Parts: sequence; structure tokens; C-alpha cells
Amino acid sequence: MSTLEIRDLQVAVEDKEILRGVNLTVRSGETHAIMGPNGSGKSTLAYAIAGHPKYTITGGQVLLDGVDLLELSVDERARAGLFLAMQYPVEVPGVSVSNFLRSAVTAVRGEAPKLREFAKDLKNGMDALSIDAAFAQRNLNEGFSGGEKKRHEILQLELLKPKIAVLDETDSGLDVDALRVVSEGINRFRASGDTGVLLITHYTRILRYVKPDFVHVFAGGRIVEEGGPELADKLESEGYEQYTKATA
Amino acid sequence: MGLNEKPLSTLHEKASYDLADFDVPTGREEAWRFTPLSRLKGLHSGKAEATGQLVVQAFTPSGVSAEWVGREDPRIGRAYVPADRVSAQAYNAFEKALVITVPKEATPDGHITVELRGGGADGASYGHIVVVVEPLAEAVVVIEHQGSAVYADNIEFVVGDGASLKVVSLQDWEDDAVHVSHHHAQLAKDATFRSFVVTLGGDLVRLSPSVSYTGPGGDADLAGVYFVDAGQHLEHRLLVDHSQPHCKSNVDYRGALQGEDAHAVWIGDVIIRVEAEGTDTYELNRNLILTDGARADSVPNLEILTGEVAGAGHASTSGRLDDEHIFYLQARGIPFDEARRLVIRGFLGQLIERIEIEEIRERVMSAVEAELAR
Repeated sequence: MSTLEIRDLQVAVEDKEILRGVNLTVRSGETHAIMGPNGSGKSTLAYAIAGHPKYTITGGQVLLDGVDLLELSVDERARAGLFLAMQYPVEVPGVSVSNFLRSAVTAVRGEAPKLREFAKDLKNGMDALSIDAAFAQRNLNEGFSGGEKKRHEILQLELLKPKIAVLDETDSGLDVDALRVVSEGINRFRASGDTGVLLITHYTRILRYVKPDFVHVFAGGRIVEEGGPELADKLESEGYEQYTKATA
Repeated sequence: MGLNEKPLSTLHEKASYDLADFDVPTGREEAWRFTPLSRLKGLHSGKAEATGQLVVQAFTPSGVSAEWVGREDPRIGRAYVPADRVSAQAYNAFEKALVITVPKEATPDGHITVELRGGGADGASYGHIVVVVEPLAEAVVVIEHQGSAVYADNIEFVVGDGASLKVVSLQDWEDDAVHVSHHHAQLAKDATFRSFVVTLGGDLVRLSPSVSYTGPGGDADLAGVYFVDAGQHLEHRLLVDHSQPHCKSNVDYRGALQGEDAHAVWIGDVIIRVEAEGTDTYELNRNLILTDGARADSVPNLEILTGEVAGAGHASTSGRLDDEHIFYLQARGIPFDEARRLVIRGFLGQLIERIEIEEIRERVMSAVEAELAR
């Protein structure tokens, strides 16, 4: 049983205040959807929790099972059990997918996986996400299509088995087939154990495949409305207009 | 300039066997402005006496000959004329030259190795090597520099019609070594030349690989990897002189630098002369600067004297490790130091994986690993 507790989080980018006091608790077994218009600060929340150097924490806490993640380095946060699926995974030339994944799994588990086991896990993971076997030899994210990048993020999610996963617009840029494959991956992850998911999205479409327990509406750098899955339906029909007006 | 006059290149016009034709460099010359002359131990001024201990050994597969010959041997200096003061100094000071010959149409089983091992940086050594690959023959040469030395040399690669030569030159010197070297490849009709230079050790290494063509259809690929540590000066000066039609050249040099006063210099000169129609050339240099205090100078020069080229381009980048790369890897739990190593290894590894001989590729990779661990 794990808990991610975001307490009054305030974040700035280059002296510009982006997050203005975010409060949110994600427990394992729960899926929370954060929805909001572009520029509302959703991605800032994801990257600030993960520790991207561009974001400055100006106040608040992010606790994972009582440990303040904000005190840890980026890699320590990941090893503590946090995972961020990125909206725009970067290309890293000359680093192969298999080499990268083995390094990551070794770091997170604290010991190198047995080669045969790892090869089997990797193959199963790739098969489940309809990723071609040749993929493992390619350079990390280099020349990957948008869909391939997102499937690769979910592959990492399944291999690294974090306590809490933050998925930043994993659905953006996906066609329906790819969205289905990626959603199935997320659902396998949810079913695999005591894990919590914080799913950040602009669209309600993915929520038809990945059912949230809670929906939070993000606008102007904070959560402005909370509810159950029915809130997503309301957003579907009414859009974000009322929230953007309210914060403008 | 009249209509009948051909435009001349402004690059590298001077060449002579006579030492007196070259003034002692002062450091103000374009060709010497990056090189710290005071660390050359007199190789440039005539003050470095040939009292050094450098042992050269050649290992050849069957069918390939290796001979030590005197200065008067007609095969010496046929493909290459010294182009600077130190090169001319070496040309005039060596006692015996090593001549390696791969006979016509031969495809030797295994590669040729030339081992140069310095026994100390007290006196200087001068050398000359000629590698002749006769028409339609194929050969691989591995040149390894180790130990400590003050050494100036010239190497001529004479690649015959339709022949293929692959060269790996490894500069894995001790920290106090000084090495100034010219590697010149002369490509006959349809000849292929692949050079892979790896420079890791030495206090000062200045290596000048050059290529000329004597017939159409020649294809040269010059790759290089260097890792510069604190206080090291590693300089590579490339020259590809396209004087024949329908030849190709590709240059790709990459280096990583770390530590106070780590200095890399890369000069990439390409000349496409009037008669070199249909030339296809590209040159690239990339530097990864890992710490403050390290400096990379990168100067590509492309001089095109004909209007009829198939392709000509160059690029040069020098930058730091990309924060986004490191963030991505760290966000997967990989600690900073390891993330950094992965990115650097990837950056250089993309080139290193092009070395075809597995044993050499692995040696180069582990030498780079050792640099990364420093």
C-alpha cells in the first residue's frame, strides 16, 4: 500500500508562478485523472514531481509513503517508486533500447536482472504492446513514431513496476488502435499490484479505456473541481470554457 | 583571372622534401596557431635529436611483405610530399623506412599490425612507413602507438586501382608522449580507403590525415574518435583534396573533453578542384564538452572551385551534455554518473561500432570506458 501526497505544491518556471498550491492524494489501487485546458499547469505538475531541473519548487511537499520526494535527486525519486511517462520522450543517440532498459531495471531493482529472465520479460512486454522485436536494438526513441514512443513509455512502466505512475498526456498523438494498445498496457499495470496512477490528459477519450476513480479539473495552476468519473462526462459535453473564464 | 586560368586553392599549397623550404613555425602561422609549440620538445625547430627509443614491429599475415629499407628506396615519398615543417623534419631524419606490400589481387587472411612502442620521452624519434596495396587487393592495417615517446613520422598509404584499404590507428600513448604525424592516402581509380583514428593518450598529439586521388571513382571515409583529459592537446587536421572527377569523401570525427585545459583541435579542409566534377563530400565534427576549463576548436573549410559537384557539405558542433538526455535516463532510476556515461558512450559508440574488426572494436570501446572511469 503506497500513498503519494501532494501538499500545497507551488512551482515556478523562470520566476513565473505556474502551480499555485496543488493538493492531491493518490493511493495504490486508485486511478486519478487530471484534466484541464492547455497551459493550465498539468505537465508542470508531472515534471515538477519527477524533478526536472527547469522547474523551481517555491513551496509545498510531495510525499511518497512519507518520504519527501522534493528532497531527492531525479534518479532517487525513480528508485523510490515514482514513474513519469513523458509526453515527449527524448531521443538519445547511440544508446540502444535494450541497453537502456537493462540499466533502468538494474537501477530500480538494485541488482542486475538475470539475463534470461530479463530477455523473457522484455519479449513478453514488447509482444503485449505489439512492439517489433527489432526495436530493442534501435537507439532510444530515435526515429520512433509518436505511437512507438508512447508504447515504449508503457513498456518501461510495465518493466519498472513503480508504486505510483504519472502519465503525462500519454494519449496525445495516438490513433485509436495505438490508444487501445497503450490503454491495455496501463490497465495491465493497474491490475498487476498495489499501484496508483495519476493520468494527465487533455481529452476524455482515453478515459473510456482507462476508467478513473477520481477526476480533477486543473485550471490556472490548481485543482478547481473534483469528482468521480461523471465529471469527465460533464467535461466531454461542456468543455473547459467555464474554468478558463473563471481563472482568467 | 583570365578565362584560361584555373582558380587555385588557397589551402595547403606548399609541399617540399626540403626542410629548408619550411621556416621554423612561430605559432602565428595558420597551420600552427592552435598548437602549443613549446610542448613539441623541439620537433618543429630541429632541436629534437634522434636519440629516442621507439621500437616498431610489423606483424603480417601470409602473402603480405614487410621490409625495412634505406632512405634511397624509390617507393618512399612517391605518394606524399611533406606539407609542413615537422613532416619535413621527420622525412629528413628517419633512418630506415618500413614498407608493407599487399600484392595485386591479394586478400590476406587477417590484418596487418604495426606496433610502435616508445621507451621514454627523453630523445626524439623519426619514422616513415609506406603501405602499398596493389590493384584489386584488400587489406586491413592496425597501427598501435603505445608507451612514451617524442615522435614525428609520415605514413603513406598507396591504394591501387580497385583496391581497398582499411586502417585503424590507435594513439594510446602514455601521458607525456608527443606525437606529430601525417597519414596520407593516395587513391587510384576506384580505390576505397577507410581510416579510423582513435586518439586517447599523449600530452600533445597532432595527427594530419590527408587524401588525394589519382583517378576517378575513389572513395575515402575518415572517421575519428578522441577523448581529451585535463592538460592534453589532441589535434586532428584533415585534408581531402579532390582533384579527380566522381570521387567521394566522408569525414566524421567526434570527441569528448573533460578537465582543466583539455584542448581539442579539429581542422577539416576539403578542396574540390576545377577538374573534380561530380564530387560527393561531407565532413562532420562533433565535440562533447563535459566540464568547464575544456576547449574545442573546430574549423571546417570547404573550398569549391568547380560548379559541378554532386554534394558538398560540412557541419561542426560543440556542446555540453544535453540536460534532457540526462533527465530522461535519471527519471528511469539511472544515477547521474551512469546516465552521463551512457550518453557519452552512445555519442562515441555510434562511430566506434563502424570498426569492422571485432577485437579492435572491443579494444577501442574498453579504452573509451577506461577514459570514462577516470
